[in-house]
Amino acid sequence: MKWLARKDLLVLARSRLLVALLVVYPVAIALLIGFAISRSPSRPRVAIVDETPPGETVRVGSQRVSVGQYARGLFSQVQPVTVATRAQAIERVKSAEVLAAVVIPADIAARVASATAQAEVEVIYNGDALEQSIVQSQIGSALAQANVGFSKQIQQAAAKVIELLLKGGDLGALGADQKLIALDQIPPLLQRVLAHQPPGPDRAALERVADFARFAAQNLSISKQVLSTVGQPIRVRSTLLAGRRTPLNSFAVVVAVTVSLMFLCVLLAAGGVALEREEGTLARLVRSPPAAPGTGTAGAGGALVSRAALLAEKALLAAGCAFAVAFAMLAGVGAFVALDWGRIGLWALALAFAALAFAALGLAIGALARELRAASLLAFLLSLPLALLALVPAGSVSRAFYDAIGAVSFVFPFKASLQALDAAVNSASPSLGASIAHLAVLTGVFGALARLGLRQLE
Amino acid sequence: MNPVLSVRGLAKRYGGRWSIGQQALREVGFDAHAGELVAIVGPNGAGKTTLLSIIAGILAPSAGEVRRAERGVGWAPQSPALYAKLSVAENLALFARLEQVADPDAAVARMLEHSGLRERAGERAGRLSGGNRQRLNVAIALIGDPPVLALDEPSASLDPAQRERLWEFVGALARAGRTIVFSTHNVAEAQRHADRLIVLAGGRILFDGAPAALLAQAGPGAGADLERALLDFLRARGEPAAEPERYPEGTP
Repeated sequence: MKWLARKDLLVLARSRLLVALLVVYPVAIALLIGFAISRSPSRPRVAIVDETPPGETVRVGSQRVSVGQYARGLFSQVQPVTVATRAQAIERVKSAEVLAAVVIPADIAARVASATAQAEVEVIYNGDALEQSIVQSQIGSALAQANVGFSKQIQQAAAKVIELLLKGGDLGALGADQKLIALDQIPPLLQRVLAHQPPGPDRAALERVADFARFAAQNLSISKQVLSTVGQPIRVRSTLLAGRRTPLNSFAVVVAVTVSLMFLCVLLAAGGVALEREEGTLARLVRSPPAAPGTGTAGAGGALVSRAALLAEKALLAAGCAFAVAFAMLAGVGAFVALDWGRIGLWALALAFAALAFAALGLAIGALARELRAASLLAFLLSLPLALLALVPAGSVSRAFYDAIGAVSFVFPFKASLQALDAAVNSASPSLGASIAHLAVLTGVFGALARLGLRQLE
Repeated sequence: MNPVLSVRGLAKRYGGRWSIGQQALREVGFDAHAGELVAIVGPNGAGKTTLLSIIAGILAPSAGEVRRAERGVGWAPQSPALYAKLSVAENLALFARLEQVADPDAAVARMLEHSGLRERAGERAGRLSGGNRQRLNVAIALIGDPPVLALDEPSASLDPAQRERLWEFVGALARAGRTIVFSTHNVAEAQRHADRLIVLAGGRILFDGAPAALLAQAGPGAGADLERALLDFLRARGEPAAEPERYPEGTP
């Protein structure tokens, strides 16, 4: 097996263009998929026209809220492209430089402050049904987020005014120089005055004022909570059923590395077996088949390499090469994306099991396809859809179709490898142990299929 | 003298469990002795390659027995089975090591010398001419020093000069005591180089003897033309493959 492995390495070393393609192509595909995942249009490019005068504020009682808060909130939800006029914004939308444009009108502060005319912003967009759908969902969401942020600012300003009324304080904002008495201090103050007041109409009137002040203090204190409830009636609390929340960037890295590992492993293993067949050397290596029942092959001598040893050699070589590339890729990307280097041993474990499972799949393809070009084509045709199927999210297709996808993904190693690597890198669920056990079973199954495929040499 | 290769009651049937099977060999048996050059001839589909594949251990027989000498049978398939990206010497060295030859370097040097490929030792196998590829193919089969060599149509697709050089090489091996069993469509080649002829048709051995004996069976009409004699022989036994092809009228 050692000499066969050495031969394969020599053949690989002399096929530089092939090796370069085998490495560059999967890495390029993987990076593209990773890029597409991590740069999904969750932060679309949006042109923003802010027509409000600089420093414009909305007055809430004694408090002022800057209209710039709204623009800043919007900026944080999108990739903002600031433009000066509505016409420029329309040009940017038409040229597809931005997905949409948002115009914040000059009178927005006045409208918010008036409490009679509802303030509005204008959204300008273009494009086909898909773009329109993206705008409606993505921009709508971004504007809603900005609205929530802005209403929170106004709510906080209003809360401060209510607090001032209840607890008292500096009235400078209202134009008075003196300190305002707290509403909840009025009833005890009036009680002290009433103690010295003789019965009569004045005392009765004062008692009515004291009752009102007590009532106002009691009810105004709950108005802050009412404001909070009205500002955001329902708050969202997220519950992740299992595992740790995986950052999108880290998941994209895991997907990219798994795709690279898959392509390299499957192509190398499939190509390795198919090449032995194509060059006619397979028969030479593993000849001397077992005798049929009732026959004899006395003195035949053993095969140069057993079929199992030949498959093991091809699998280990493919897995080893792909492991090295994938590990280097993961470590390299780790320089740019925050990964937990303390889990490096688990990365290696997950990559090793995934590489072996992919290699076993490659062996089965190589053994069944019988010639190099057919094996390479089959490896591509099978691998890419498997990778994409494993990434289809729940709820995006019908239940029956999703179940079918799940079944297909279960019997091929991509999803299990993705889960193993995600668990190793991000502590995601299912656990690394479960995924590794799944991969080990798949390695055995595809290895057995490959062994079956090699039974017939001619 | 004990035979180095003994074939008894060999049968091979392809397919069968879910499809209509095809009987490729029936009750085939013969012995071959050291230094013998045995040619297997017969029409297409006679079972020549199947017989050689079973002798070489590529295929398992459905019935029967093949007894081979201790160090097995060297196998050279019709299409050279070698690694195109490796040099001539690297191919030989790899198979020498896989065969667990005691001194691989010496075996490589010896085979380069015997095959006349010493000058091309460093050349990639994929860049060799057809003749040299076939010589390397045979040399790889011989690297483990087997007493029997099975060659499947070794001279097919070679030009006359390449054929001549190949047969010089193979003849020298037989003279050195190696038993060589080869299949061929070229009856003249069999007549010229083989000590013994096995005529296979429909999976059965119809003749096993010296080429001169087949000529004698054919009678004076064939003269010294073994091909003519073989056709007459097959026709006399009702073998359809021996009938000349009949073309429709007007065919150029």
